[in-house]
Formats: sequence, C-alpha cells, structure tokens
Amino acid sequence: MKRPAEILSMARPSRRWRSPSATVALIVFFVLFPLLMGDESMWNLFFRICLGIAMGQSWNMLGGFAGQTSLGHAAFFGIGALVTRTLWFHGTPFVVALLAGGVAAASFSLVIGAPTFRLRGAYFAIGTLAVAEVLRITVGQNQPYISNMSGPMIASYNLPTRYWAVLALAVATCAVAYLLLRSRWSLGILGVREDEEAAQASGVAVLRHKLIALALSALFMGFCGGMFAFKEISYYPENPFFPTWTFEALMIAYIGGLGTVVGPIVGGIFFVVVRYYLAANLTDVHQLIFGALFVLVVLLLPGGLMEIWERVKRFFARSIRRRDRRAAKD
Amino acid sequence: MSSFMQTLVWGIFNGAIYGIAAMGLALVFGVLKILNIAHGELVMLGGYLGFWAFSALGLDPFLSLVLVIPGIFVLGLILDRVVYRWVVRQWGEEKIKNSLLVSFGLGLVLTNLAQWLFTGDERSVQPSYAGEGLNIYGVLMPYTRLATLGIVLVVTVALHFFLRKTYPGKAILATAEDYESAELAGININRVYMLTFALSAALAAIAGQFVTFTYALLPSIGMFWTLKAMIVIVLAGTGSIMGALPAGLLLGIIEALSGAYLAQTYKEVIGLVIFLLVLIVRPQGLFVRK
Repeated sequence: MKRPAEILSMARPSRRWRSPSATVALIVFFVLFPLLMGDESMWNLFFRICLGIAMGQSWNMLGGFAGQTSLGHAAFFGIGALVTRTLWFHGTPFVVALLAGGVAAASFSLVIGAPTFRLRGAYFAIGTLAVAEVLRITVGQNQPYISNMSGPMIASYNLPTRYWAVLALAVATCAVAYLLLRSRWSLGILGVREDEEAAQASGVAVLRHKLIALALSALFMGFCGGMFAFKEISYYPENPFFPTWTFEALMIAYIGGLGTVVGPIVGGIFFVVVRYYLAANLTDVHQLIFGALFVLVVLLLPGGLMEIWERVKRFFARSIRRRDRRAAKD
Repeated sequence: MSSFMQTLVWGIFNGAIYGIAAMGLALVFGVLKILNIAHGELVMLGGYLGFWAFSALGLDPFLSLVLVIPGIFVLGLILDRVVYRWVVRQWGEEKIKNSLLVSFGLGLVLTNLAQWLFTGDERSVQPSYAGEGLNIYGVLMPYTRLATLGIVLVVTVALHFFLRKTYPGKAILATAEDYESAELAGININRVYMLTFALSAALAAIAGQFVTFTYALLPSIGMFWTLKAMIVIVLAGTGSIMGALPAGLLLGIIEALSGAYLAQTYKEVIGLVIFLLVLIVRPQGLFVRK
C-alpha cells in the first residue's frame, strides 16, 4: 500500500522547474526582442511595458496584498518624477536622484497613511485621491512651464540605456513583491486583507503592516516616476500627477489578477500592447474603451486574466479526471 | 473692512455651489452606502447640457434648469440601472471598495466621452445681465450670484420637506437607516436606490448649471468637483444630507479668506489640510452630534 503522497508524485512529474525557467525565458525575451528589432518605436513600446509592469506591481503590493485601495498613486509617481528630475538637473548622479525620489515618495505616503489608516472603510482611498489632486493643482500653478532637458543631455541621450534601467526596475519590483509574499510580513499583510478584526484579535499590528505595504508600494511607484523623468525629454511638471497614472497602475493590477505576482506582469503586457494598437487606430476613444473595460473587469471578473487561466486549467483537470474514471470503469 | 466683507460674500456664493454639489454625493453615500467618484462628472455633464441649452436654444441659464434637471435625472436612472445596481448588491467592505473603483472607471469614461463629443475647449455662459448687481456699501453682489444662492436655499428646503413629508422621501430615509427592515416593511428598495441616485444626479446637474457662469467649463473638471464635494461631506459628517449646505458654505468662506490673506495658489491645499485634520480629530464630522 502506497502513501497518497507517493501516488501523487508518481502521477505527476515534478513541476518545480516551471516558474524559474518561465522567469528566465521572459527576461531573455525582454532583453533580446528589442535588441533584435532595434527600431525606436519598439524600444518605446517595451519601455512602457516595463514601466507598466513596475507600476501595476507596486499598486498590487498595497491593493492586492494588503487589500487597501489607493486612488492616488499618481501622487507618488509625481513626487518621484519631480524630485528625481530636479536633483538630476542640478548635477546629482541619476541613480542617487532616483533613490531620493523613491524615498521622498515613500516618506510622503506615510504622512497620508498614518492618519487615514486609523479609520476604517474608504477614508484611505478618499485621502489619497484628494492628496494627488491637490498636488497636481499646486504643482501646475507653481511650475506652469514645460520642463526641458538641456542641450548636452539631449546630445548624450540614448534610448536603450533608458530601457535597461526600466527593465531592471521592473525585475526588481517583481522580485520584491515575490519576496514580500514569502516574508514573515506577508502573514500580517495578507491577514489584514482577509479580515482586519480577526487579525487584530490574534495579535497582528494592523496599522504597522498596512504602513509597511504602503511604504513599499509608494517607494516603487516613486522609482517609476523617476524613470519617467529620466526618459521624457520634455513635459509639463503637472503631467506625472494626472489621475491617468493611478488608473494605469490600477488597471494593470486588476486586468492581470489582483494579489498575485504574475498578474501585473500579464496585465502590463496586455494593457500596454492593446493600448498601443488602440491608440494608433482609435485615438479619441481608446481611454473610453479602457474605462469601460475596467468597470467590466471589476464587476464581472474580479480575478482578472489569471482567473480565466485558472478556470481553463480547472476545466481541463476535470475533464481529464472524468476520462480516467471512465477508463478505470471499463 | 469692505474688502473683507466682499471676500466673505464671494466665499458664501462659492460655498453655496459646493453645498449643492455635496448634497447629492451625501445622499448617495447615506442611502446606497457607496461612494460615487463620478459625481463630479455628473456636475460636468449638467454644465454642458446647460451650455448647449444656452448657446443652441438661447435659453436663459436659470430657465434652462427646467431642461437640465430632468435630462440629468434620466441619465441618473440609466446609470443606476446599468452600472451601480451591480455594486449596490454587494456587501460590506467589498461594496464600498468596488464602488470607488467602478465610479473611478466610469468617471474616466464620462470625461473622455465629453472630450470626444464637446472637444476640450473652455466654455462659459454669459447672460446679458451678468455684470449687473446690487452694491451695498461697496460690497458687490451680482444678480446671477444672488439667484444662485436663492435657488440653492430653495432646493435645500424643498429636499428637506420631500424627505420628511412625502412617501417616497420617507422611504428613502427608512432605507438609509436600515435597508433590511425597510424591505421587510414593504418598501421596494431597488426603486428607492434608483430614485435616490437620480435625485443625486439632478442635484449635481443644478451645481453644473451654476458652474457654467461662475467657473470655466471643461471636460476635465469632474475630479475637481468630486473632491470639493468629498471635502464637504467629510466636514458635514458622512451621511448627513442637511449638513452639506452649512459645511459647503464653511468651505467656501475658508477658501475665500485663505485665498485673500494667505496665497491664492495654496487655496486648494488649505481645503486638503482641513480635510485631513477633520479626519484625524473629528471623523464623525463637524455638524453631527454623537
């Protein structure tokens, strides 16, 4: 008589190699494909895909893992962009400026998070939304002029460098999200998402775990803003504070699958590629289509694309099992 | 002294619009227990309807309310049926979170729809008597602004009597208090939700009509008005419908005074700081006794 575990291991070959090799294959693809294609629009598209993945993943750390809906991630993105660009233009090395931008965004997030997380319900969402809009209006009024790179900076401008930087950021963000899920903190963070009262009652420091998730999320959103400031040659300083950035992060996390590490990667690729083709063909209405799609996903498919994948897998598993049973009967 | 009085009066005039915009949001929050981020977009659409009534039909901006209110009321009925009905069915924490997300997406849809249909040009309505007004000891009060304040007061009183004295109004209040008991008592709560949402949209439309001759009208103003209304309902105490008007007036006055005596560019920041302070110190709101 064999133990069930042995039967199982005999029935299925080991699948441990799957996710590492998928990860490696994905990274190799992201390195080789733009290199081989080599034209400018492809570099730009891949830049936006990686930026989207990093943004979606950072929103996911807070919204997916800790279950706290933020409607003001544009504030963190904007602060990252503003601080990075200002320091960088004043002669700080880019990496230092980027780090400073991320840290500024994270510290700012704690200033909003500490008061609003004490209250239950939607206060955090409203608070972040209000903060992002106020920052947008204030920055728009104080810095109404377009921000341009200087002549020597444009002369030494190199698109692939920007792409490698953002690819590294996307990989780092996903790695941190993965490690966060495996860390001790995740027990508290996921506990807060599932049932705040039960977590509190069993001794989880609810506020602290929410703040950890928030600070990490804002840190990476700030880095994303820094990357935007690093890449764009000229833009209005108000631009990174637009609510569309929040929406992009939200949308990618939701379309892909909330609360999973793979979700935002799938969502980022899907969202940016589809938008690229929609924007080329239906310039006026592509945001309208995405808004409607988002509403549908939230209402009808809360698990996103990952849920479709799970359902397909479950369907096949069931049909295989049924076939085996029939075979055993005969 | 007269400049102080003038600032105060402008604050009251602006605050009246904040108040009526927030009243609709508070109504939906109190009854449907959802937070409608797309409320500002309803204000914006009401404004556009009023603008077209003025420029295409030549209607007086106050007269065209007769057209704008039913128009947006019907839009409210449709939106409730098509979108919000799905959210209201959900339960507890999930409901409020999904309502935020869904209305955020809907707001984006409506903004882009308006951008596509009406272009991004800045619009405004200037009736022939726009420049005229009363002058009381050097304090100017344009007729348009006085009429705005008057209409807001009338609507507030009418809403109060509607909610307290009529059957549908009482049904709305009963549903706000306890929707399960209301349903057991024979109230059709789906119909109540629909009516409430449409009423809220109509209130937003009135605010939108006032926006056309006091502020600039753009497809992107929705978020601005949602936030103003949000700050006001936090001041008033979430769920307090009649507290919205005093809280709106208060916000208008604070903004006007800080704009005049501190710095014009930081006017918006003052609103936010008050918002966060109220959340920390008095989360039940200023006008609620508890």
